[in-house]
Amino acid sequence: MSYSKPKFQEKYGNYINGAFVDPIDGEYFDNHSPVDNSLIAKFPRSKEADVKNAIAAANAAKEEWGNTSVTERSAILNKIADILEENLEEFAQIETSDNGKAIRETLNADLPLAVDHFRYFASVIRAEEGSASELNKNTLSLIIQEPLGVVAQIIPWNFPLLMMAWKVAPALAAGNCIVLKPAEQTPASATIFAEKVGHLLPKGVLNVIHGFGPEAGKPLASSPDVDKVAFTGETTTGQLIMQYASKNLHPVTMELGGKSPNVFFSSIMDHDDEFLDKCIEGAVLFALNQGEVCTCPSRLLIQEDIYKAFIEKVIARTKAIKMGDPFSPDTMMGAQASNDQHEKILSYINIGKEEGAEVLCGGGAAKLDGDLGNGFYIEPTILKGHNKMRVFQEEIFGPVLSVCTFKDEAEAIEIANDTLYGLGAGVWTRDAHQLYQIPRAIKAGRVWVNCYHDYPAHAPFGGYKKSGFGRENHLMMLNHYRQAKNMLISYDKNKLGFF
Amino acid sequence: MTFRRVDITKEAAALLEELKAEHGEVIFHQSGGCCDGSSPMLLPKEDFYLDDNDIHLGEVGKVPFYMSHDQFEYWKHTHLTVDITPGRGASFSLEIPKGKRFIIRSRMLTTEEHEHFNPS
Repeated sequence: MSYSKPKFQEKYGNYINGAFVDPIDGEYFDNHSPVDNSLIAKFPRSKEADVKNAIAAANAAKEEWGNTSVTERSAILNKIADILEENLEEFAQIETSDNGKAIRETLNADLPLAVDHFRYFASVIRAEEGSASELNKNTLSLIIQEPLGVVAQIIPWNFPLLMMAWKVAPALAAGNCIVLKPAEQTPASATIFAEKVGHLLPKGVLNVIHGFGPEAGKPLASSPDVDKVAFTGETTTGQLIMQYASKNLHPVTMELGGKSPNVFFSSIMDHDDEFLDKCIEGAVLFALNQGEVCTCPSRLLIQEDIYKAFIEKVIARTKAIKMGDPFSPDTMMGAQASNDQHEKILSYINIGKEEGAEVLCGGGAAKLDGDLGNGFYIEPTILKGHNKMRVFQEEIFGPVLSVCTFKDEAEAIEIANDTLYGLGAGVWTRDAHQLYQIPRAIKAGRVWVNCYHDYPAHAPFGGYKKSGFGRENHLMMLNHYRQAKNMLISYDKNKLGFF
Repeated sequence: MTFRRVDITKEAAALLEELKAEHGEVIFHQSGGCCDGSSPMLLPKEDFYLDDNDIHLGEVGKVPFYMSHDQFEYWKHTHLTVDITPGRGASFSLEIPKGKRFIIRSRMLTTEEHEHFNPS
């Protein structure tokens, strides 16, 4: 099977009230592929008036949609999953084209996880129930979950379709209408998603608008006519969106990135077996998705007595990463998502070198041949240094691994927690005590133990500290998209007696 | 001699003037983490709530440059230069519609600068 950039229309509209519509003032922006910098298509440069139309459509639809039975909503979510699955290869090629990531990842991770995400939420809402408590012999408290109404969702470009699934599936399952704004670097898959599954939903339930943060994102996040804002992105915009929401006293959920420690204890090298092989891969997973993952294991902590032996193996495995055409199934790492991202990563490698970090491998832009020479590629890079360096503290969002050593468990925990963030972490050991105690001591929402970068549905995902709050990828996300209605019922025929 | 923690390139300053003319009073706030983070965000002055948790690093093109204090702890040994690059960044930063993105270039503070800013 060979894969290539799919055929796109010359331009696309916003998906509002069940139809594609042109932006009101007729302005579009060009969306380029990071694979070779070629044009994908034009997408609407929406403004406040477009956003208001989308919000109005969602509000008009919320009453009826909010009153559908879970049976109906579940059936629709399953149909959405089926359509995604039937078109899996097409969507995978759209994602690779738009984001630059290797096709083997979109085929085997992004798409299957997105399909499963819709099925997961289709399932769990069928098995849920509210609660009834008899508070005394005459008083019954019923708790019933109700949808919020209209939710605004602003999603990033690193997993365009999967992050859309993480936002859209629970919000629909909970009975909400949606105004979704994909990132302007990766508007394609959400658009084709609306094209293929839009007919399954009543008009206005799902709306997709495109445009730039200050022009379209801001009126969406600050609108008094949405009931919640869910955001994945960076800290300053996260604060800004919380401020906008605070004016309306609207709830928010935030997923804001990390600088995840991946900790390897001495015992991993007690045997030269398949588990050690897994550990080496676990350290090299910093290169998955070109490092453009908020949980990228970008800080490698190795116990000092095995440092030399282990890092040699990690470097060798890193040097074996095959870069090339992201559409080629044997390409292991593709392009960075945009030119500014590419520039930023290079500037970080530069300050790392200035701070005195030693370059163990990589350390610059990767020059590829032919049309790919116009794309945005970076060599997988390992820097040796210490945890106070900026390359250990800032999310580079590229294939850059910063490695340091630790003496003992206490120092491993201290370094792991010496960060502003707390999204992900990894712990690798053969020691049964460390397997439990170290993950408990690390302040992060997700600690992978003897594994990394696994995202099965029903494993909650979210941050501690400046990595945000909210837990996606689990049914507990449903309550972030719902109100709790309490009906307090008296079966007492007698009055209180006060009046 | 005057010491500066933050400067701006000529190209970035030209775009900044353009954006000031369009948007009025603005500020830079250095973002942390995730997709479009670790980049300076140019925001309308009234939009962003600043308080003692934000460090004022200096001014570039008469625009104040801020960073949250905990992030600053890890940055204070470096000098920053605001630059501009073509690119389709997402975020609420005001230059995004221009198809350009402010980025930070960094270098270590010189010994003199370090003694001035971070006296031991």
